[in-house]
Amino acid sequence: MKLRDLLFLGLIFSGVFTLGANLMPPREPKPMTSYDVAAYLDPSFRSVVERLDASFRHEWAIENLTPAKRADDLTIARRLSLALVGTVPSLEEIRQLEYLPSEERLAWWIDHLLQDRRFADYFAERLARAAVGTEDGPFIFFRRRRLVSWMSDELAKGTTYDHLVHALIAQDGLWTDKPATNFVSVTSQPDMKNQPNPIRLAGRVTRAFLGLRLDCAECHNHPYAHWRQSDFQGLAAFFGQTKIGFTGVYDGDGEFEATDKTTQNKFVVPPRVPFATELLPHEGTRRQQLAAWVTHPKNPYFAKATVNRIWALLLGRPLIDPVDNLDAEVPVPGALQILADDFAETGFDLRRLIRLIASTSVFHLDSTLEDRELTDEDERAWAVFPLTRLRPEQVAGSVLQSVSVATIDAQSHLLLRLIRFGDQNDFIKRYGDSGEDEFESGGGTIPQRLLLMNGKLQRERLEAGPFTATGRIATLSPNTAHALETAYLCVLTRRPTDEERAYFEQVFADKQQSLAKHLEDLYWALVNSTEFSWNH
Amino acid sequence: MEPLSRRHFLAHAAFAGAAAWLTPLSELLARAAAPPGKPRQPAQSIILLWMAGGPSQLETFDPHPGKEIAYGTGAISTALKGVQLAEGLPRTAEVLDSFAIIRSMVSKEGDHERGTYTMKTGFRPDPTVVHPSIGAVICHELPSLNTEIPRHVSILPDQWPGRGGYLGEQYDAFKTDDPINPVPDTQSFLPSSREAQRLKHLDVVERAFQRGRKSRAEATLHRETVAAARRMMSSEQLKAFDVSSEPLALRREYGDTPFGRACLAARRLTEVGVRCVEVTLSGWDTHANNHALTAGRLEILDPALAALINDLRRRDLLDRTLVVVAGEFGRTPRLNPAAGRDHWPNGFSVALAGGGIRAGTVLGETDPEGKAAPKDPVTVGELHATMMAAVGVDPNKLNQTPIGRTVRFAEGKPLAALLK
Repeated sequence: MKLRDLLFLGLIFSGVFTLGANLMPPREPKPMTSYDVAAYLDPSFRSVVERLDASFRHEWAIENLTPAKRADDLTIARRLSLALVGTVPSLEEIRQLEYLPSEERLAWWIDHLLQDRRFADYFAERLARAAVGTEDGPFIFFRRRRLVSWMSDELAKGTTYDHLVHALIAQDGLWTDKPATNFVSVTSQPDMKNQPNPIRLAGRVTRAFLGLRLDCAECHNHPYAHWRQSDFQGLAAFFGQTKIGFTGVYDGDGEFEATDKTTQNKFVVPPRVPFATELLPHEGTRRQQLAAWVTHPKNPYFAKATVNRIWALLLGRPLIDPVDNLDAEVPVPGALQILADDFAETGFDLRRLIRLIASTSVFHLDSTLEDRELTDEDERAWAVFPLTRLRPEQVAGSVLQSVSVATIDAQSHLLLRLIRFGDQNDFIKRYGDSGEDEFESGGGTIPQRLLLMNGKLQRERLEAGPFTATGRIATLSPNTAHALETAYLCVLTRRPTDEERAYFEQVFADKQQSLAKHLEDLYWALVNSTEFSWNH
Repeated sequence: MEPLSRRHFLAHAAFAGAAAWLTPLSELLARAAAPPGKPRQPAQSIILLWMAGGPSQLETFDPHPGKEIAYGTGAISTALKGVQLAEGLPRTAEVLDSFAIIRSMVSKEGDHERGTYTMKTGFRPDPTVVHPSIGAVICHELPSLNTEIPRHVSILPDQWPGRGGYLGEQYDAFKTDDPINPVPDTQSFLPSSREAQRLKHLDVVERAFQRGRKSRAEATLHRETVAAARRMMSSEQLKAFDVSSEPLALRREYGDTPFGRACLAARRLTEVGVRCVEVTLSGWDTHANNHALTAGRLEILDPALAALINDLRRRDLLDRTLVVVAGEFGRTPRLNPAAGRDHWPNGFSVALAGGGIRAGTVLGETDPEGKAAPKDPVTVGELHATMMAAVGVDPNKLNQTPIGRTVRFAEGKPLAALLK
């Protein structure tokens, strides 16, 4: 009898254990990812960084500005992590970073993030927004998810940016099978037998890849710039033979017809590029010709437009604002030209571009000034790191990461990733997606504050439990000072200041409330601070 | 107008008590009302009943009974002499004398997302600028009184609720669900002592962040936004979202549906100074089985719409509230092989009632054979200019977009025929 009971208990126990082990597998501490410090010291790399630094120093001298001092390593790590994978660093990553000698930290951190699948996913979404916007598009002809995951695969493989853009413009085939064609099929017009719209396509190409707002010239000659209506129509004509059929997107025949706005007469427009005509090849379909011209290393805008966008993704603000208006009446900043030249010469390697930007001294500047009040001039001349609002998905990612001490990445358990995906989507839906405009500078909204103060995610994930950060920090910390520091690192990627330390030590000394509950309160305050919702 | 029944009278008396907490604002509104002899005051708010998916004009406000394109849909006479509605709207028919109908709306967008953008903002989607929706425009232009809750609200929103566009996301509609549930994220989940403690913590953390960038950190307006959110959490006006305090008879009149409750909440919200409430009823995208699906929608729309008009009339608020019923487009005159109607932006209907609108007007006419273009077509820009004129906003006002382009609030002139 007793044996049977024991057997039964044993069976139950092992069942529960197996289930537990499957849902929450024991985690080995992660080995360090590989990195190459030498590459960052290579003369060809250093010389570009030095020229970049010199160009900013020159500007500061003219404006008579003293730049901010260098920010600490953790602040820089937070910026990079937010820019490249869309979350704050995990406690696990912070510990690994601090274990390295100071001079190797940045190199490891950049390489660590660039190797992470989260980088490809996050950047693909950013670049897809520029290319096709955030519209859901006509649902039979457009597969947004397919496009983004294709871009992500290509980024993970290390495909160069010119190849990526070439495929977007010139690829033939079905949007489900050849995801790049979604760039064309998203403009399918239900009232025009589902055919693509050359005007919208030309607008996207010039804006997303050349940083020009040539589409303003669709209706009238540009008031300031030298573009004419005929320049834009000539570009649209490259899509004049693009068709959507049973086999997907292809180039057929026919001519692009524009309508005269005054007489309403239609007239044929031949394909024509508005500048650098010598770069246009003569062979290939019209789309292939256009793609080759856009991505040509000598195209005066392609590299600059890309650099301006990647700079904005890393620093929160483009070198020329707005990001898709290089034609604005401002001189091209020296740094933009240096980076664009290097980007074109080295084969449009996005990773090299990111490494370069992240290695400039501007990227390492603090966002505070010690001896004087910070002004708009300081920010404009990049004498301090700009303070910019985090995008909704960065806030969502950071909330979710900060409530877990381990990194949530592609190696995390599927269940954990699924929960994260669901939570993130719910959160963004309520927080509001900033849409296509990635670099707007406004403040936050009341619903956003309400969500961060009272939302479901806060309620569930801040509560101390065996799997949440607050619960784990409370049980595993040897003392309150350690618990306090750990919470700050998890949420704000820094240690508390002396004043904060003194204040919270006193609060935590109140034993009427358990340490776990104190930590819940602390977490709430940290997550609701300005510091958490802004890049700095 | 429907004669005032005893039941209505009793209900009316009950409202007086329920409305007591609104007093300061009621006074304010009363003061704003026109003194005798002066021209009438424009409407104060808009209630936009958004028929997501694109309702069939033929089964709603523009029936063609007996014609082939009706495919059997009958029509009923209404409180407006000589004007018929489709048979699924009997209660709306009784109050149609408060309405003006446009039967010749034309838009250039036949896709849901683009059509919704066009009808809500008055402009076609444009990659160079995001236009504000009508609700955002009037919130921006009209004073905010003492409103502590968002003045632009979307109840039961679909994927594309009204947005602030170039006016800024602070003008985005505040999204909330069926009023049977509490307003999301407005209730703290803590005892107040701990809440106070947390706010004290927050101050300490904010002080640390301000060091070395005080003016910059202040320019983020983060702390002001937190304060505004906290004001909203404790505001009496939040009760306007809660329809449970309304008499049961009135709630029944609106219909025991999420949409009915939302329409009732919309009325309550406009009373505390909310400028625009968008209430969505989706399910109008009837590519198959049009007649049956539309009939199901009408069962929800008809009581709610009629109750809203009656309720506003009884409270003498109809003059101060513009009610608009619209969707992103209409549906094809011809049935497709699946007995459905497809997207049709070339002649569909919009109904307007209340503030500033000349009731009894019917504008435009669609072809009974479903072939020719509608007579007296009305553009989306003209519709928007008309709505703005009704609430006293200048549709010609020039605005700077973030990239420095100048745009007007609406493309087109207000339709004089529709305005008082």
